[in-house]
Amino acid sequence: MKRCLIIDDSRVIRRVAAMIIQDLGFAVEEAENGKKALDACCVRMPDVALIDLDMPVMDGMTFLRALRQMPGGDKVVTIICTADSGPPQIQQALDGGADEYVMKPFDSEIMHSKFLLLELL
Amino acid sequence: MTPDDFTFVARLLKERSGLILTKDKSYLLENRLMPVVRARMLKNLDELIERLRGGQIDLTETVVDAMLSKDTGFFRDWRPFQHLRDVVLPNLHAARLGKRHIRVLCAGASTGQEVYSLAMQITEAAESFSGWQVQALGVDISREALTAAEQGVYNQFEVQHGLPIRALLRHFNKEQDSWRINEGLRRMVSFRPWNLLDDLYPLGRFDIVLCRNVLAYFDQQTKLAVLQKLSRLLFEDGVLYVGINETVTGVSSSFTPVIPEHGIYAVHRDGHPDSRSLAIAS
Ligand SMILES: C[S@@+](CC[C@H](N)C(=O)[O-])C[C@H]1O[C@@H](n2cnc3c(N)ncnc32)[C@H](O)[C@@H]1O
Repeated sequence: MKRCLIIDDSRVIRRVAAMIIQDLGFAVEEAENGKKALDACCVRMPDVALIDLDMPVMDGMTFLRALRQMPGGDKVVTIICTADSGPPQIQQALDGGADEYVMKPFDSEIMHSKFLLLELL
Repeated sequence: MTPDDFTFVARLLKERSGLILTKDKSYLLENRLMPVVRARMLKNLDELIERLRGGQIDLTETVVDAMLSKDTGFFRDWRPFQHLRDVVLPNLHAARLGKRHIRVLCAGASTGQEVYSLAMQITEAAESFSGWQVQALGVDISREALTAAEQGVYNQFEVQHGLPIRALLRHFNKEQDSWRINEGLRRMVSFRPWNLLDDLYPLGRFDIVLCRNVLAYFDQQTKLAVLQKLSRLLFEDGVLYVGINETVTGVSSSFTPVIPEHGIYAVHRDGHPDSRSLAIAS
């Protein structure tokens, strides 16, 4: 079973995302900031990471850059998931190595279609 | 509503749009027509039906429009659009190098997402169509849907249903909370109100036709009639896309399946498919 790491400082959002992504057939793991997510990646690389941007301790873009430097970290499919919907912000995330971008609020249909586009289903 | 009223409305819908309304869907009538009752400030559904029986044309149109499902999204089901970009468009580019002119039709275009997706794939194709004359036409019976399609403005949910983020950045401009299709793409696309039950010949001929998630609402006879008409609009090597849960096999002999699980069919003439079909990977 493929694995998805959900990184968000909001417990509620982690829960909602986890339910949706489990329904897509993925095993999920959660982390509340970029630092904890890096720790989790050291133990085992996920297939997909859903990444919030604004988090305490370590933000999403810092995590993403660090992930891309790790062995195997370049193969993780990364989806930024944030309330920020400004085109410059989106461009910056893509330039920073993100594969996809979800603007909050999201629902199961949005998540399903993004996973389909990324050929994860 | 009396059984007689139901039969009357069901017949009206079938005649005007092809839509088949079975008795188990009668709850749909109430759900979708109550907003019309309120908008027209009528007393109730009975009064609405009385007026329909009286032959009030504009009301008939509104009722038909209200009953049709307009469900759609960008790059719906994704894989057919991948096939379009990776197989059909390169083939089309090679086959039309001489005239540098392509036409694609989206029959049942709803609020426009499908035909804009098609146009986006044309801009993404490996062989560039820039400098070519590219026409993407969307037709639909619903004026309300076409008005939205013409505007090309979508909310945040709509642009996230199926649209890759790079396509959003490339083809849309953000306006407050919504996103507007940019000029470049908008210029490739046009819309016309049209009923698929009518003669389609005036629309001209096409290289690619999408008629997805439209035929599912029709009975066999209507499906066949529409498919025959669409087959005559297509050039010999043309491609038809229907919905991934729809089938053409056993309905019309004018098409032959290429990748039926993705709703992809080739034109079939004189008992054999054209071997140069654009749908077949070379
Ligand atoms: C469910 S939507 C599908 C939209 C789009 N093709 C897709 O697959 O996402 C069906 C559309 O077909 C249109 N339609 C239904 N009957 C029609 C007819 N007789 N002539 C033209 N359009 C029709 C409806 O108005 C609606 O917009």
